[in-house]
Parts: sequence; C-alpha cells; structure tokens
Amino acid sequence: MFENLTGKLQQVFKRLRGEGKLTEENMTEALREIRLALLEADVNFKVVKQLIDNIRAKALGQDVLNSFSPTQQVVKIVRDELVELLGTTAAKLRFAPQSPSVVFLVGLQGSGKTTSAGKLARWLQKGGHHPLLVSVDVYRPAAREQLFLVAKNIGIPVFQGSATARPAELALAAQQEARQKGYDVLVVDTAGRLHVDEELMSELEEMKQLLQPTEILFIADAMTGQDAVHSAEEFHRRLNLTGVILTKLDGDARGGAALSIRFVTGQPVKFVGTGEKYENLELFHPDRMASRILGMGDLLTLIEKAEETVDRQQAEELEHKLRTDRFSLEDFREQIRQARRMGPLDQVLAMLPSIGPFKGLRPDAVEEKQLVRTEAIINSMTSKERTHPQIINGSRRRRIARGSGASVQEVNQLLRQYDQLRKMMRSLGGRAFKKFGGRTKLPALSS
Amino acid sequence: MIQTLFGPPEATPGFLERLREAVQSTRSTLVGHLEDLVQGKSVIDATLLEELEEVLIAGDVGSATTQEVMGAVRQQVNRGQLKDAGELKGAIKEQLLNILQVTSNGVAAPTNSPVVILVVGVNGTGKTTTIGKLAYLIGSQNKKVLLCAGDTFRAAAVEQLEIWGQRTQCEIIKQRPGADPSAVLFDALTSAKARQFDYVIADTAGRLHTKVNLMAELEKMCRTSQRVIPGSPHEVLLVLDATTGQNGLQQARQFTERAGVTGVALTKLDGTAKGGVVLAIARELKLPIRYIGVGEQKEDLLPFDPEQFIESLFS
Ligand SMILES: Nc1nc2c(ncn2[C@@H]2O[C@H](COP(=O)(O)OP(=O)(O)OP(=O)(O)O)[C@@H](O)[C@H]2O)c(=O)[nH]1
Ligand SMILES: [Mg+2]
Repeated sequence: MFENLTGKLQQVFKRLRGEGKLTEENMTEALREIRLALLEADVNFKVVKQLIDNIRAKALGQDVLNSFSPTQQVVKIVRDELVELLGTTAAKLRFAPQSPSVVFLVGLQGSGKTTSAGKLARWLQKGGHHPLLVSVDVYRPAAREQLFLVAKNIGIPVFQGSATARPAELALAAQQEARQKGYDVLVVDTAGRLHVDEELMSELEEMKQLLQPTEILFIADAMTGQDAVHSAEEFHRRLNLTGVILTKLDGDARGGAALSIRFVTGQPVKFVGTGEKYENLELFHPDRMASRILGMGDLLTLIEKAEETVDRQQAEELEHKLRTDRFSLEDFREQIRQARRMGPLDQVLAMLPSIGPFKGLRPDAVEEKQLVRTEAIINSMTSKERTHPQIINGSRRRRIARGSGASVQEVNQLLRQYDQLRKMMRSLGGRAFKKFGGRTKLPALSS
Repeated sequence: MIQTLFGPPEATPGFLERLREAVQSTRSTLVGHLEDLVQGKSVIDATLLEELEEVLIAGDVGSATTQEVMGAVRQQVNRGQLKDAGELKGAIKEQLLNILQVTSNGVAAPTNSPVVILVVGVNGTGKTTTIGKLAYLIGSQNKKVLLCAGDTFRAAAVEQLEIWGQRTQCEIIKQRPGADPSAVLFDALTSAKARQFDYVIADTAGRLHTKVNLMAELEKMCRTSQRVIPGSPHEVLLVLDATTGQNGLQQARQFTERAGVTGVALTKLDGTAKGGVVLAIARELKLPIRYIGVGEQKEDLLPFDPEQFIESLFS
C-alpha cells in the first residue's frame, strides 16, 4: 500500500540523474506523490493544496545540484516547507508577570486533557514552579476523580472544591487558593467538548473572561484526520488559543493534523505527549515532526533516547565506526543490548524510518524475544568471527547455529540483516550524520 | 434477541427522529455539499470529478479507497454509462454502499450462556461511554447485563464505569486498581454464569495498537474468556473515534489481528467529523460497523445505517 515518499520519488526520478532542472513536466508526477503522502498523513486537503503550490513554486527551475539526487533535493524542499509551516523554532510556555499564571487545557472529548494536565504540572514542577491543578469537568463521570488521582500519583496539589459547584466557580476558587497559598501556576483541566456545542463553548468564553489565562492550550490527538481544521478553527475563533499540545505521538500516526491545526490557528505546538506515563511530555521539534509526517522516521528522537542510555563516548565511537564502516557484529551485539536497555522496544522501533532495511520492521514485528535470540547467536560466535564476519563460512554457520540453538537459516538471516544495516549506515554515512547531527544540544527549556 | 441487537437496525418509534436529529446537527454547520456541486451541472467534467473526490478525502475516506471508488466511476463515465451529474452521484454512493454491505451479518446467538462483549480501542475513543450506552440499550430489552471493570490502569476508570452502572442499573464486577484485567474478567464471567446474566460487557484500558505488551494483555483476556465460556468473547467491539484519520485503519488491523475484532462502534458522530475511515476498514478487513455514538447520554447509541452514513458523508 502506502510506501515511503522517498521511495516513491526515487521511482519518479529514476530517469533524471544528477543533472538537469526540475521542470513542470518532471515535477507533475512527483507532486502527485507528495500530495498523496500528505493526505495519507492526514494533512487537511486544503492545506495540502497550499503546500503543493508552495512546493511547486520553489522547485520549478531549480537546478539539480551535483551533491543531491533529484529525490533528495525534492524531499528537502518538501521537508523545509513543512518545517516552515510548523514553525522553525520550539515555542515556549509563557507566564504572567503576576502570579498565578493560569493555563487552560481545552479540546475535544478524549483528546488527552487530563493526562496532559498531570504531565504539564509535573514538567512545571521540575522546572522549579509550584503548580496547582484543578479540574472543572463536572460533566463526564468520574472526571474530577481522575484528576485527583493523577495529582496524587505525581504528588502535586490539586484543588478539591465543592462537588456541586459550576465550572467557573471552581476555577475562580482555585485561582483564589493559588493566590493565597503562593502557587505560581494554575493548570485548569476543562471538560472535553465539541466545537459545535454552543452552550459549552460559551462556558469556556465566560471562564476565559473571568480568569484571564496566559495560556489556552488546545489538546489535540495526533491521530486526528481531516476534521482537525474545523475543531481547531472554532476553538481558536472563540478563545484565541495560544498553543497546542499534540498527544498520543507514541503511536504510529503520522500526525499531519499538526500541520492542519497550525495552518488554521497560526499557533505553535508547544508540547507533545509521547506515552501514558507522566514524564512522557516533550518539547515540540518542528523538524522531527516534518520527518515523521513524511514517514521518514524520527531519527533524532531515537538518537536522543540513545543518548540518555548510552554514554557519550560510546556513542561517538559508534558514530565513528559507522562512518568509517568498521561496524562489527561485536558492535551489533552491543547495540542490541543497549536497545533493550532503552526501554520498551515498540517505542524505540516506532521511531525508526519506514525505509531501507527498517521497512517492514514495524514495532509489532519485532519482539523482545527475537532480540534475545539474536544476541544468543552472536554470543556463540568466536570473537574473530564477530570482528571479521566475512570469515563465517558454511561450517562455521552450522557450528554457530548448534551452539545457540538456532537454525542455520536464522544465522543466515542475522548475517544478512547485519550486512544490510552496514550498507545503510554507509549510505547514510557522514552526510546524513552531519545533516541530522547538526543539532548539538536541545534548545533550553524555558521555565 | 441477539439478532435484533447485532443484526439490521430495528426501527423503533422515536429512534428515527433521533437519528435524523443527530445527522441534522452535523449538517447544520455545513451546506448540502454534494447537492451544491451537483446542482445546475448537467455535464460530467474533470472538475466535477475532482470535487467529488475531494468530498471523500475530506470525510477521511482515505486516498486508496477514494481512488478505487473514483476509478470505477470514471470507467463508467468513459463508457458513457452515466448521463449527468445526478447519475454520477448515484454511482459513487452505490460504490460506497457496496463496500459497506459486504459486512452486515449479525453474531450467532450462543446457547444458554451469557453473551460476552469485549470492548477495545485506543485511548479516549469512547469505550467506557459506549459500554454505558450499550448496557442501557440491552437492558431496555429486559436482559440482565453485568459490567466488568477491565480497565484497571487508568485513574478513575473503575469509578467512571461504576457511575454508568448506576445510570443503567447494571451490576459491576471490579477489583483493585492495577489488578490483572484477565482476573477481573474471570471473576465477572464466572459470576455471570453462576447468576445467569444474559450479557457481560467488559471494559478494557485504552491502548495504542503499537504497544506489544498491552496487545498481548488483550490476547490474554480473550483466552480467559474462551476458557470460562467456550466460544466467547462473542463480540469484540472496536470503538473508533470518528475524528480519527487514516490511522484508524492501522488500529483496526492491529486490534483485529491481536484481539479478533468482530465489529466496530463509531463514536462522536455528533461533531463535524465524518468517520470515513470505516470505509477503508470495511473494504480491507470486512468488518461490520455496528453502532454509531451521537452524544454523551445513555440514549446516544444508534445502530449503524449504511445509507444514512453515506448520505452524511456528502452533507
Ligand atoms: N460528543 C460525544 N462524545 C463522546 C461520545 N462517546 C464518548 N464521548 C466522550 O469522549 C470522552 C472519552 O470517553 P470515554 O468513554 O472515557 O473513552 P474511553 O475510550 O473509555 O477512554 P479511556 O478509557 O481513557 O481510553 C468522554 O468525554 C465521553 O463523554 C460520542 O458519541 N459523542
Ligand atoms: Mg475507558
């Protein structure tokens, strides 16, 4: 079915090599593929139209540079265009000159407001703030109870209030409490509502009037489809949103809604939710999001995750080895061990690009068990075999299989995988590492 | 009895009104889109075809399904089989209906044991609410329903289901937070069997279909169910949020593969989202769409009506 855009474009540009210009003619087919890729990623079709126009205008007449293939060049144009729309820098949370700052979390039902409230409060606390939580969702059964429990779990104070109070009363009382007890940020978890629900939308307007929040964050599900423009636009029209939190990015949704929402509200995504745990809230990186929307994987997050578990020096050594093509099975085994330390494998794999050797290697396709098996196979090799895999002939393969309880086919498969991995690393080579790795440190958190 | 629940919608008085209202509310914000396109146009030209294609894309039908449908229709146009814009519209609707109609058989009624319905889906799609509505629907047919609080993970999930139990006067079986969901299910099923309940509806924690461990947990629940009541779960209902885009297909694939989904409930159709991804789901997985959710009250669950649904795609 849907293949990666890069692969598709390679097909399109097969005949155009290394020279020539991007013309109306050779771009028609490419633009069609780009359009399909964006639609598949759930970017709203009107936004796609606009993007395609921009991309066409930028591409036409460009010389195909020697250092790039036409595919790389077009992918770069597309990617840059997406990054530009998403906002080129990570946006920061703002605070009121006078405490407490009030943050509203608003959005459709089930988008993840309550979980995000907990995560945000925790993030604030880690940044040295003193947040107070309050739920004004008096509608959904056990909604307020849910936030109480969340708050208890993360050890952050929550405003209880009367069980019969109206949302605005609760919010005002919480603000009062924050003022009195010296909390500097009040995070208000509101009830999920439809943008066409007149009554509930005016309730939010009224609460905004009363509390004058510094931030009104729209909580949007990364899996949202074409309708994202309608809900986001209406919430923005009624409330003047100041930012977005994109949730459930730990799944495999492309997240094109990020573009749609940005397009209709002009407001930046400030955070992304990447898991059900309270620490799974991250700053938003437009460049990574662009890659993800295009199905190019989230290599940077992966590298960053690796950095958390792998020590720097080791990582540099690895990078060097990859670049100079001295990546041995010994290193491969070390990678497997580290991968297992990096946390749930499905999360890690979800970040890999769906191209090249990783194609077909989707999160559900690989199980922890398999890694253990692979490691066992490598373990039963001699150290010479690990560093010089080319010496592994038929009889060695049989011995390794026997030693690890695997079949010869499995050994063959492993060697093949290793070979592919090396090839891919070589082709990504210095170039890719420089391109992706221009990043040195994360932008500083503002808090 | 189960045939009326899972089979073709039974038109009870009041029901059609509510359906109409629900569809109307979706419509009120938008004008009759397709009618606009078709009206005053007798010729079929490239622009019209393109506009109709956009209607499908805008409804989250997805490019693969859209291209298939439009491809078939274009052929008809080329063969001169469609005279005017009106016929073109009819042809598209027919194609879409065909996709949905591959899949409308009910669930076989088990003999003398409770019917087990396991409700699954990603986070926040409306599982617990749908269970409340379903309990109400089944309860109003004078059946004894037992609810099973299988979401032992999310904060206050049990309390939420308990409130639905009170609202619909259904008993609920629960354990402490963090308990093994299969153990809760085991309790519920044993108890339902002993006390002759007609239905057990089991809630599960929302989970992304990409989480290997959590999907394995669902598999385990299915095995437990099968062990206590052979042939169960009789229905594994995937709850899908109508605002979901193309990822919905991925969800349906994974939940079907791991938990054996037998039907889909499409929620939140009271908003402006069309939920067109169910067409892609029906086309590929041949899964029937059983219900639609049109609000947050206990009455807001309606049997899925393919024709109405397609009509609303175009409105
Ligand atoms: N407007 C509307 N809201 C709905 C519908 N179905 C569910 N909801 C709302 O969606 C939100 C999430 O519903 P839940 O039933 O808690 O969803 P869930 O799938 O059980 O959520 P988790 O257990 O947290 O994964 C709640 O605010 C519901 O009231 C519907 O058909 N229409
Ligand atoms: Mg639930």
